[in-house]
Amino acid sequence: MKEFLDMGGYAAFLWPSYAVTLGVAVLNVVWARRSLARAIAAARRRLAAGGAES
Amino acid sequence: MSWTWFHRLASPPHIYRLAQQLTPWFAWPAAALILTALYGGLVLAPPDYQQGDGFRIIYMHAPAAWMSLMVYTTMAVAAAVALIWRMKVAHAVAASCAPIGASFTFAALVTGSLWGEPMWGTWWEWDPRLTSELILLFLYLGYMGLRGAIDDPQRADRTSAVLAVVGIVNVPIIHYSVTWWNSLHQAPSVMRLGKPQLSMPMLWPLLVMLLGFTLFFVAVLLVRLRGEILVRERSASWLREVVGT
Repeated sequence: MKEFLDMGGYAAFLWPSYAVTLGVAVLNVVWARRSLARAIAAARRRLAAGGAES
Repeated sequence: MSWTWFHRLASPPHIYRLAQQLTPWFAWPAAALILTALYGGLVLAPPDYQQGDGFRIIYMHAPAAWMSLMVYTTMAVAAAVALIWRMKVAHAVAASCAPIGASFTFAALVTGSLWGEPMWGTWWEWDPRLTSELILLFLYLGYMGLRGAIDDPQRADRTSAVLAVVGIVNVPIIHYSVTWWNSLHQAPSVMRLGKPQLSMPMLWPLLVMLLGFTLFFVAVLLVRLRGEILVRERSASWLREVVGT
């Protein structure tokens, strides 16, 4: 296990590169869901205010 | 020839529902492929004869770089379609692409830096490949900034679409930069004519990772697209139908 984590001495470069890329992927999921939730909330407000055409 | 099928296909309510239904069909295979590729790349693939275990950074760097270019191309094509056929849904696709592409361009630059330091002895060099990739990040950020600066959504769509289309010239420059100029960056090892330069145990995790990230992009795009469609939609009847009140 220790040998695996050490990555032949490249651990200090390899693990951060995995953390950044996979972190960006996770953030994309969070951001996308948040932007959709925000758009749904805004659409509901617009409907309540009668701003949309029927 | 009848165009009704085309209009129905591109109608916002239809695309909204389709996006909703299709998302899990891209998200779950993407997760499975990425996990498989992680195991293949970190555990099964043998160390490189020159770079040892350091070469495994490729399994993050190459997919991030692939995303940066593939997402931009998608964005520019969608923007062109939107400008030519005045298609609202295509504007929504282009707008959805930008934050995804920008974030993966950032990841490509950071992982490249983390790979460059141990292999080339430098974090950064004003090299053609690195510089053109940095310009790509600025194009994405400029596109997003431009959209944010224009209050009228229709004008924001049209103006930013022109920027997206013009910016496409940078994509082939990035891709061919390593062959056109002397670059620290290695030449393509997979996206080239002829056989890939990686051996099979090293290559398959990379190909699986590229496919996994591509499906992941589609899944995230479909979620963002629904939000962008809602923002552009003025018809109360179907808005009420999809968001419920």
